[in-house]
Amino acid sequence: MKLSREEVLHIARLARVALTEAEITRMSEQLSNLLEHFEVLQQVDTEGVPPTAQSVELQSVMRDDVIVPSLSQDDVLANAPRREDDCFRVRAVLE
Amino acid sequence: MNYQTIIGLEVHAQLLTKSKMYCGCSTDYANAPPNTHVCPVCLGMPGVLPVINRQAVEFTMMTALALKCTISEFTKFDRKNYAYPDLMKGYQISQYDMPIGLGGYLNIDVDEQRKKIGITRVHLEEDVSKLLHRAVPGGEDYSLVDVNRSGCPLMEVVGEPDLRSPEEARQYLIKLRSILQYLGVSTGNMEEGSFRCDANISLLPEGSQKFTPKVEVKNLNSFKAVYLAMEYEAKRQRKAADEGEKLVQETRGWLDEKGKTVSQRSKEYAHDYRYFPEPDLPPLVISLEQVEAVRKKLPELPEARRDRFMTQYDLPLYDAGLLTSSKAMAEYFEEGVRAGKEVAPKEIGNWLLGEVSRIINAGNIDIDGFRKQVSPPALTGLILSAHGAISTAMAKSVLEEMFNTGKNAAAIIKERGLSQISDTSELEKIVAEVIHSNTQAMADYRAGKETAIKFLVGQVMKATKGRANPQLVNEMLKQKLAEASNQAGGE
Repeated sequence: MKLSREEVLHIARLARVALTEAEITRMSEQLSNLLEHFEVLQQVDTEGVPPTAQSVELQSVMRDDVIVPSLSQDDVLANAPRREDDCFRVRAVLE
Repeated sequence: MNYQTIIGLEVHAQLLTKSKMYCGCSTDYANAPPNTHVCPVCLGMPGVLPVINRQAVEFTMMTALALKCTISEFTKFDRKNYAYPDLMKGYQISQYDMPIGLGGYLNIDVDEQRKKIGITRVHLEEDVSKLLHRAVPGGEDYSLVDVNRSGCPLMEVVGEPDLRSPEEARQYLIKLRSILQYLGVSTGNMEEGSFRCDANISLLPEGSQKFTPKVEVKNLNSFKAVYLAMEYEAKRQRKAADEGEKLVQETRGWLDEKGKTVSQRSKEYAHDYRYFPEPDLPPLVISLEQVEAVRKKLPELPEARRDRFMTQYDLPLYDAGLLTSSKAMAEYFEEGVRAGKEVAPKEIGNWLLGEVSRIINAGNIDIDGFRKQVSPPALTGLILSAHGAISTAMAKSVLEEMFNTGKNAAAIIKERGLSQISDTSELEKIVAEVIHSNTQAMADYRAGKETAIKFLVGQVMKATKGRANPQLVNEMLKQKLAEASNQAGGE
């Protein structure tokens, strides 16, 4: 399956990745190749096999509503790109 | 052209669990410093695993059952992907195509007509971080992220587009909130953001099957805002449709102070959430036994309580409906009835729906705020005083003071020397003086003008600062006047 230029740009935007013209061409080929690899799976006969989203047979795993201690504020903010007023400071993202 | 207004509401309610939806951090973040109720799971660190909060599932099942939904035997969670800093993971764990509850309804009463409003689905997801947008004059704007709220359980109730007017939308919200409060699953507080509403509104031209494009209205922070925003949008869309303006599917934000909606059409791209089943959470299988066990836990709901109030306390439908629309009000009423055995329930209801509601509305508080100052027994104590010791008008002013000071009725009546004078010997002199100094009114009365006596009663009330028992004064005056005219006639 060949991905169109628009599809590549859409995927890049969703991943918040900026691409140069050369990269668009390269990604288009590489992503298309990747998809082709997965298309092999289409050949498997799944007639009569119920769809599942899980590879393990666990179900209904739940926890009781009990509070456990959280991290310290310093630990929480340790990886913050910038810290201000005990918050993560990020570039303005306005929808 | 005539149009029908078509409204459907989506409500997000925070659930009253102790811990978050997928981790053990406390949900009690209201007064907590930023980023103190956070762990590697809600921080979205690599390699962590979420685990479903059993209580949140039970609360959602309770809600779904109360809304007459079918509980899915097999349900699962899904990732809703989007890049926005309010979720550290880059996705929200929600439910896409297999929600916990499906296909129910609730009843609303508008203009004494009962109407069934469909519930599409009830599902469970997680709340997001709080963002504080900061603007720097001349500099780059930025946002501050507080992750405390992120991961708190959030239940979404999606309603069918069955609502036909702003009032129906308001009634639907009041009813839904009341049900959640009765169930004890959410505070339902809209101003604090624990009960949020997005509204979808479009028009159906008369005789047509084709709706105008759906507009989603956000930023509705009160019942009043929902009502006003729907009224505004219905009008705006009608005008646009009539003038041949092209209506577009869009999201609009309600501006409370300006009383209007504005387009939030800054999105160049449509959202592409790429939902897929959450690989970190095994599916949830709910047995019939589990459903029945939760059903048994359902408390008395607003409609059942209203019907009970009508039979048990002999209240009219209207009073019973108002008193039970808020669980806290219904409980205040019943405690009052238990405390004031000498007072008729109807009279307690009248006070609650009259003076008490007036005080609540004026102070912009709720019945719980009122209760802090005036307990149910204190209110029935006041009502009893109004049966004899003080007049009704005075009782209202005493209630006001009880609310302001937290004192009981007896103390205020004593302090202010308010108790009614029902002793004829105390009134005798005042009545005589009033008659003496109002000869014109006397003459009028004798000339057959019955209303003149009201003026005289008023004068006595004035002289006693409203403390005289007006009925008694009325009788005394009539007697005095009769005596006087008999004497006049005998001369």
